[in-house]
Amino acid sequence: MKRHLISAADLTRDDAILILDTAEELAHIAERPIKKLPTLRGRTVVNLFFEDSTRTRISFEAAAKRLSADVINFSAKGSSVSKGESLKDTALTLQAMGADAVVIRHHASGAPHRLAGSGWLRGSVVNAGDGTHEHPTQALLDAFTMRRRLAGGRGDLEGRRITLVGDVLHSRVARSNVLLLATLGAEVTLVAPPTLLPIGVESWPCTVSYDLDAPLPKSDAVMMLRVQRERMNAAFFPTEREYSRRYGLDLRRMAMLPEHAIVMHPGPMNRGMEIAAEVADSTRSTIVEQVTNGVSVRMAVLYLLLGGNEPALSAPSTASTPSTGTEESTK
Amino acid sequence: MSTYLIKDAKVLGGDASDVLIRDGVIAEIGTDLSTDGATVIEAAGQILLPGLVDLHTHLREPGREDAETVATGANAAALGGFTAVHAMANTDPVADTAGTVEQVWRLGQETGRCDVHPVGAVTVGLEGKRLAELGAMADSAARVRVFSDDGKCVDDAVIMRRALEYVKAFDGVVAQHAQEPRLTEGAQMNEGTVSGELGLRGWPAVAEESIIARDVLLTAHVGSRLHVCHVSTAGSVEILRWAKSKGWNVTAEVTPHHLLLTDELVRSYDPVYKVNPPLRTAADVTALREALADGTIDAVATDHAPHPSEDKDCEWAVAAMGMLGLETALSIVQETMVDTGLLDWAGVADRMSVRPAAIGRLEGHGRPVEVGEPANLVLVDPTPRRTVEPSELASRSRNTPYAGLELPGKVVATFLRGVPTVIDGKLA
Ligand SMILES: [Zn+2]
Repeated sequence: MKRHLISAADLTRDDAILILDTAEELAHIAERPIKKLPTLRGRTVVNLFFEDSTRTRISFEAAAKRLSADVINFSAKGSSVSKGESLKDTALTLQAMGADAVVIRHHASGAPHRLAGSGWLRGSVVNAGDGTHEHPTQALLDAFTMRRRLAGGRGDLEGRRITLVGDVLHSRVARSNVLLLATLGAEVTLVAPPTLLPIGVESWPCTVSYDLDAPLPKSDAVMMLRVQRERMNAAFFPTEREYSRRYGLDLRRMAMLPEHAIVMHPGPMNRGMEIAAEVADSTRSTIVEQVTNGVSVRMAVLYLLLGGNEPALSAPSTASTPSTGTEESTK
Repeated sequence: MSTYLIKDAKVLGGDASDVLIRDGVIAEIGTDLSTDGATVIEAAGQILLPGLVDLHTHLREPGREDAETVATGANAAALGGFTAVHAMANTDPVADTAGTVEQVWRLGQETGRCDVHPVGAVTVGLEGKRLAELGAMADSAARVRVFSDDGKCVDDAVIMRRALEYVKAFDGVVAQHAQEPRLTEGAQMNEGTVSGELGLRGWPAVAEESIIARDVLLTAHVGSRLHVCHVSTAGSVEILRWAKSKGWNVTAEVTPHHLLLTDELVRSYDPVYKVNPPLRTAADVTALREALADGTIDAVATDHAPHPSEDKDCEWAVAAMGMLGLETALSIVQETMVDTGLLDWAGVADRMSVRPAAIGRLEGHGRPVEVGEPANLVLVDPTPRRTVEPSELASRSRNTPYAGLELPGKVVATFLRGVPTVIDGKLA
């Protein structure tokens, strides 16, 4: 694996499967009374959030703490960042504090790439969402959820049909998912009004449809992307009503899915807009499960970036129960 | 005033000749001219061209002297082989009055390195609302002929029409920064495959092309003169070719960076590649080179845009747009046009000196290399290759996209009215 996780494209098929297998092992920790491993004791993980996202921050924080890392939360709100301190100066500060990993969320596409490639910082950089670019750990937790539900929690997603619906143009989740799902062998269909698809989407490893009904009967999973109501004001679509009529997942459309198919959403949802409340709360919905899986996947990412490439706690191939971590991680 | 004898130089890339410079003019051209009393410059294998003329530089003074001054910009220009540059109006204050353009003009004269011709703003404060006092700037000591709101597009069709009409009174030209503003709100890079992948908001080619199409039609309608700044797309070239085929008075420039670099470089998210108009695709680069070769594009103009390091050492979205150009322009043109066989050295003289001087209505620049002409000259050695080292640049800023790149050619000497501004590749 590379030293940083900036894009889902950084991951080979083997990397991705190693992360998912490791996450499966680590998921068992959550089922134990003491949900903590000493693996990253003495290591420092900084959550550097230039954009509010309590959900993602808490998920990374829980992941780092379960591995016994020291966690520093550095949020743009109320810090020197909001007073105009540059990304560079912030990075130099974190470097001086001895950050082993920096988990960065930023409103500007490319900010994590800049942080990782500029020489301002020696630690690993994990992209926790940058602008409208990527959100690779979200894609990993989505793939983890799909693999559990559709592939017995093992191997890849070869031949599985995944449909992503909504504001692809502005979605970092969509970009990371398309890349990772293609790496894992899934067949991805993007569904959106033409205004919400980027120029050049035809070169992405997926197919595109303007019609939601067509791909549903063959979909193994359908993922609804959040659509901001304000997009209406920039003429991306005429009205909320028209959007949800043409691209929302309601009960009628859910009934078109095969029996085993799951319904996903990265959150936060606009109930009644892209997804009907009855669909979000149905048994097919994996929305709550995705949140739980997020912690395991982020533990795996932090472990593999900081602990090296050896198995997390035991060889994944033997799938044995993780030990309580007598092995210290080595670099 | 000293006398210089340039020995065995290939004038415009032709046969080797000796050129004698005396009293600010070219006094003699021939073979085996007497070296008596002259400082001899051995120039075998080197090319002698008329001093280069830049239609588009940002010298930042007044207002942003931390990025560049007229003096540092003139030094950079001389080292790049230029004897005249046009300084864009988007300074602080904006060059929209006779007073400001005269100040810039005077600062240029004081450097003695390069003639600095201020460009006057088309509208007050570059706001696109009211015409600036174009006549006063034209009549001032600065003798302004080029008017531009560069950095901003004159997007209001009526204001553009009136500006084109008004400048006819003093043989002026409106230099348009063609960028439809609504199509480029928040735009970060060329709109295409790469912007889609990088999640950066796109600056579509049509935003440039639609304005150029409108403006060539307006120019024809009112019988005026239009110059199009930094043409960057293959589609713009097609529109210009059509407008010229109609015989309309339309000229255009291309920057060195649009002749060499593409939007693939943005994948690094390094803001040194952030520029407006943005770097385009390889197909656009090819079309721009062909258009410069066939004359559809008249001139190379640097759009030299210095920025202090803190404006580039940051995330892409907040970084300033623009890159340095004066000290590397001729090397880029050699690399992309001469060494590829698209243009000979006479062609380089035409696109980098003769035509830009004509567009700017400059007297004494862009003249033939002939006896009696003002000795505004540049001597170029096309053989050596050099690696661009930002810290060695004369510009006050360091935002060159060519850092670490090996480029051909070297400016050996520059003469401004017979006085060397650069000699042995260094400021004289
Ligand atoms: Zn411009």
